[in-house]
Amino acid sequence: MTQASTDLHQLSVAELARQLRARKLSAVETAQHFLTRIRRHEALGAFVDVNEETTLAQARAADAALAAGSAGLLAGVPIAHKDIFVTKDFVTTAGSRMLAGYRSPFDATVVTRLAAQGAVTLGKLSCDEFAMGSANENVAVPAIGHSAPEPVRNPWDTSRIPGGSSGGSAAAVAARLAPAASGTDTGGSIRQPASFCGITGIKPTYGRASRYGMVAYASSLDQAGPMARSAEDCALLLSAMCGPDPDHDSTSLDAPTEDFTRSLNDKLDGLRIGIPKEFFGEGLAADVRAAVDAALKEYEKLGARLVPISLPRTELSIPVYYIIAPAEASSNLSRFDGVKFGHRTKDYTDLLDMYKKTRTEGFGDEVKRRIMIGTYVLSHGYYDAYYLQAQKIRRMISDDFQQAFQQCDVIAGPAAPTVAWKIGEKADDPVANYLADIFTLPASLAGLPGMSVPAGFGANDMPVGLQLIGNYLQEGKLLSVAHQLQQATDFHLRTPGGF
Amino acid sequence: MSTPKLVQGYEVVIGFETHAQLSTNSKIFSRASVAFGAKPNTQACAVDLALPGTLPVMNQGAVERAIQFGLAIGSHIAPKSIFARKNYFYPDLPKGYQISQFEIPVVQGGEVSFFLGDEKKTVRLVRAHLEEDAGKSLHEDFIGQSGIDLNRAGTPLLEIVTEPDMRSSEEAVAYAKELHKIVTWIGICDGNMQEGSFRCDANVSVRKPGGELGTRREIKNLNSFKFMQQAIDYEVRWQIEQIEDGHAIQQATVLFDPDTGETRAMRTKEDAADYRYFPDPDLPPLVIASDWIERVRSELPELPRAMAQRFVADYGLPEYDATTLTQSKAMATYFETTAQACKQAKLASNWIMGEVSRRLNAGEIGIEQAPVSAAQLAALITRIADGTISNNAGRQVFDALWSGEGTDVDALIEVKGLKQMSDSGALEKIIDEVIAANPDNVAQFKAGKDKAFNALVGQVMKASKGKANPQQVNDLLRSKLG
Repeated sequence: MTQASTDLHQLSVAELARQLRARKLSAVETAQHFLTRIRRHEALGAFVDVNEETTLAQARAADAALAAGSAGLLAGVPIAHKDIFVTKDFVTTAGSRMLAGYRSPFDATVVTRLAAQGAVTLGKLSCDEFAMGSANENVAVPAIGHSAPEPVRNPWDTSRIPGGSSGGSAAAVAARLAPAASGTDTGGSIRQPASFCGITGIKPTYGRASRYGMVAYASSLDQAGPMARSAEDCALLLSAMCGPDPDHDSTSLDAPTEDFTRSLNDKLDGLRIGIPKEFFGEGLAADVRAAVDAALKEYEKLGARLVPISLPRTELSIPVYYIIAPAEASSNLSRFDGVKFGHRTKDYTDLLDMYKKTRTEGFGDEVKRRIMIGTYVLSHGYYDAYYLQAQKIRRMISDDFQQAFQQCDVIAGPAAPTVAWKIGEKADDPVANYLADIFTLPASLAGLPGMSVPAGFGANDMPVGLQLIGNYLQEGKLLSVAHQLQQATDFHLRTPGGF
Repeated sequence: MSTPKLVQGYEVVIGFETHAQLSTNSKIFSRASVAFGAKPNTQACAVDLALPGTLPVMNQGAVERAIQFGLAIGSHIAPKSIFARKNYFYPDLPKGYQISQFEIPVVQGGEVSFFLGDEKKTVRLVRAHLEEDAGKSLHEDFIGQSGIDLNRAGTPLLEIVTEPDMRSSEEAVAYAKELHKIVTWIGICDGNMQEGSFRCDANVSVRKPGGELGTRREIKNLNSFKFMQQAIDYEVRWQIEQIEDGHAIQQATVLFDPDTGETRAMRTKEDAADYRYFPDPDLPPLVIASDWIERVRSELPELPRAMAQRFVADYGLPEYDATTLTQSKAMATYFETTAQACKQAKLASNWIMGEVSRRLNAGEIGIEQAPVSAAQLAALITRIADGTISNNAGRQVFDALWSGEGTDVDALIEVKGLKQMSDSGALEKIIDEVIAANPDNVAQFKAGKDKAFNALVGQVMKASKGKANPQQVNDLLRSKLG
C-alpha cells in the first residue's frame, strides 16, 4: 500500500482528482479502499447496495482513460448515490418495499453526467422512503450487512439520527465511506442531514439539475445536489451535475453549465448577509444559535456586513409545504399499483383487492400518511381551501425573498432548529418531524438555491450547520461564501470519532 | 334558428365530445411510435410505462396540430394553457393519472357550420384540449385474467367539446361528419374511425320545448356515423319513454351495443370518480407565441367552406354542388383539376357527382383509388362539349376507362366508332332519304303535330346508327321541312 492510500479517505474530492490525474493514485486502489471501509462500517446502515465488480470495472475504465489522457474532471473519484436516483447497475428502491429489488433500465441524468466526468459509483445510499422524512427512520429496505430495515446512524453519535431524507448520503460522507455523495432536497433533505452530520451540501436552484431518473416525491420541489465535506468539493460536483436536459425533463432550466469552482476565491468585502429575524425566534435551540452566531461573527471578520431582514411567512411554509408536497406525492405514487413493476401482493380476489393489498403492503406509514393528506387536499370541495390557497401563499413566500434580496446578497441562518436527535425520539410524532423543517422549507418553496455549511458544534458535540440561501442561479456566489468561511474555520475537516 | 323538430312532443338536446387522434409520428409526451397495429407493448417506452424517474416532454407537433384546428374553426388560441393531472386507478393507465388540460385549454371557443339539407347549421365549440390516450385492456383471450397493451398509452388526442347546440340525431351526425371533414382536411387526424382515430361521445337529453335542460346521459365511444344515429335515436326514445312512465332520468354514462341496437348504462353519477385535477408540476404552462400562431395560419390549407364558396363564385356551381364536391380534399382536388382542364365546370360537377360517385360507392373505394383520372375525365368531357361524341357515347367511353379497357379517350372513341357524324353532306343525304320514306310524318308535322317531328328525328338517329349530333339533326330537318 502506498503512503497516500492509507488515509486517502481523508482526501477531498479536489485532492483525489489531482492525485488520480497525476497518477499518484489509481482509481482501482481508491475504489478498493472505500469499498473496504464501506464493509467495515456496515453497522451505520448507510449503504443499501454495493456491487464491487461494477465499481471496479468503472475504476479500471477510469484508470484507462487517465492513462490515455482522455479522462473527465472527476476521473476515478468514487461517489455514491442516494437510492432515489435510478441506476442500471445497482438496485433502486427509494427506501421502499414497493421497489425492493427494482432495477431500472436506464440511469438518472445526474448519474450519467457524473459518470461522464469519470466518477466511479460505490453504491446506493439509504434514504427515507420515497424521500419522505427528516430522520432517515422511515426505511423499509435493509442496508447491506443487515437483515432488517433499520434507521441510518449518525457517525458523530450512533444513537442519533443522521437527518433525512438524504441521511445515508450525509452519514457516508461524514464517516469517510465516500468522498462525496448525491442527495435530493424537497423540503431540506440535503441541507438538514448535512447540518446534522457536519458536512457541506447544496441544493441548487429548482431546475438546475435534471429530475430525470429521480424517483419523484414532490415534482415542483424535488432537486438534486451534491453532499461532500467542503464547498470546494460541492462546487466540483455541482458543475458536473447541472445542465439543461430538455429531452427528458421539461422543468429543467435552460441555464448553461457553469464551472462553480471559478468564483470560490471571490472575497467577501462588502458582502451583505441578510439575517431573517424569523429564523432566530423561540424555536431555535440555544446551542445551535450560539454556533450560528459565531459563524456570523466570523463572516463579519471576513469583511461581510450583517443586515437584518424579515421573511414574514416563514411559519406558513410548514402548512404550505405539507399541503403541496403530499398533493403531488399522492399523484406521483399512483404508478405503484402492482400492475407493471415493483411489489404486487400474492393473493387477491379482484383488481380493487389487488390495488389495496399491494399498496397497503408496499408503502410505509409515513408514505401512506402523505398520500392520504395529498388525496384529501386535492379532493373536490377541498381543493380551493387547501391546495389553491397553499399555492397562493407559496407565491407570497417567493415574493418575500425577492423583497429581502433587495437588501442583501445572501441570506444566512440555521439549517435546523436543533442538532440531531436520538433515534426513536420523534419517530411516533410526525408533526414534531414536520416542524423541524421550518428553516429549510421557505427556500424549497421559492425554488431558491440553499446550502448547509458546518458552523461548529452544539450540545453533546453534535454538528451545527449554517444555512446560506442565494437568489436564483446564484450557486456560484453561495459556494464562494461557504468556501471563504471554510478557509477561516476547520469544522468541515473534523472527523467523527471511530472513523 | 328554425323551430326544432320535436320527437313525441319533446325537444332533443345533444352535445358532443370528440377525441381526434393527432397525426404525429410519436406520442404526446414520449418518443415512442404511435403507428397502429404493432404487437402489444412493443411501442411503449419507459415514459409510457411510467417507470420510476420518467417525466413527460411535450411533443411540439401535437401543439401545432391543436393550433391548426383552432384556427380552422375560428377559435381563440390560448397564449398560455395548463396541463393538469386527472387522477384515477386503472391498469391501462400506467401513471395512475392522465395528463390532460382542465381549467385552461389550448383551444377556446370557435364554431362548426354545415348544411342539414338546405338549412345551414352552426354548432358552437366550448373548447378543444390536448391530452394523452390510455392503453387498452384486453378482456378476451386471457382466461380469468385481463391483458394490458400500452401501445396506445400516450397517443396524442385533441378532445373537442361542443355546446349542447344540436337538436336531432341527423344534425348530430351532420356535425360529426363536418368535424371529421375538417380534421382530415387540415391533416391533423387520419379520421380512421375503425382504428379509433376519431371517437365521439354524445351527451343526449330531452325536454319539453322551452323547458329547462333535461338530465343528460353520455353515450360513449361512437365509432361510426351509422351507430351514432342509431344510438342517439334509441337513447331519445328510451329517455322519452322513461319520462312518460314517470321515471326521472339519472345522469349516466352509457354504451351502445350495435348488435341489439340499444344503449345500456356503464356507471351512474353516484359512482363517478373524484379525479382530483391539479396542474401537472412536471409540465410548465404551454406558452404559444403569436408568431407561431401566425406561421400556422399562413400555412393552413384552404378550408372546405371557403373552397365551396370559391367554387360557387369562380365556377358558377350551385351551392349544393359546391358543398358536395368539398366533402373531402381529394374530391375537391379531383373536381378542380377536371374543371380547369376541360373548362366545363358544371359538366365536370355533374359527372363527378353522378357517374363517378355512383361507381365509387358501388366499389366502396375513395376518389383516390378511382381508375379514371381527373385528366381522363376532362378529356372525355371535352369531347362531349365539342360535339365529337354524344352523352350516351361518353358513358360508353367512361365505362371503358373505368374497366381498364383503354386509357386514351380519343383512341377509345375511334376504336368504338362513337364519333358523331360531323359531315353535314352525309347527314343531309340521310335526312333526305328519311323525308322521302316517311311522307305521312312529314304531312302531320306540316299540319302542326310536333310529335311527328320527333319521330322523324328518331328515324334519322336510327339511320345514322346514333352517330348523328341530335342538335344538328334538329336544325337541318327543321330547315328542310321549312
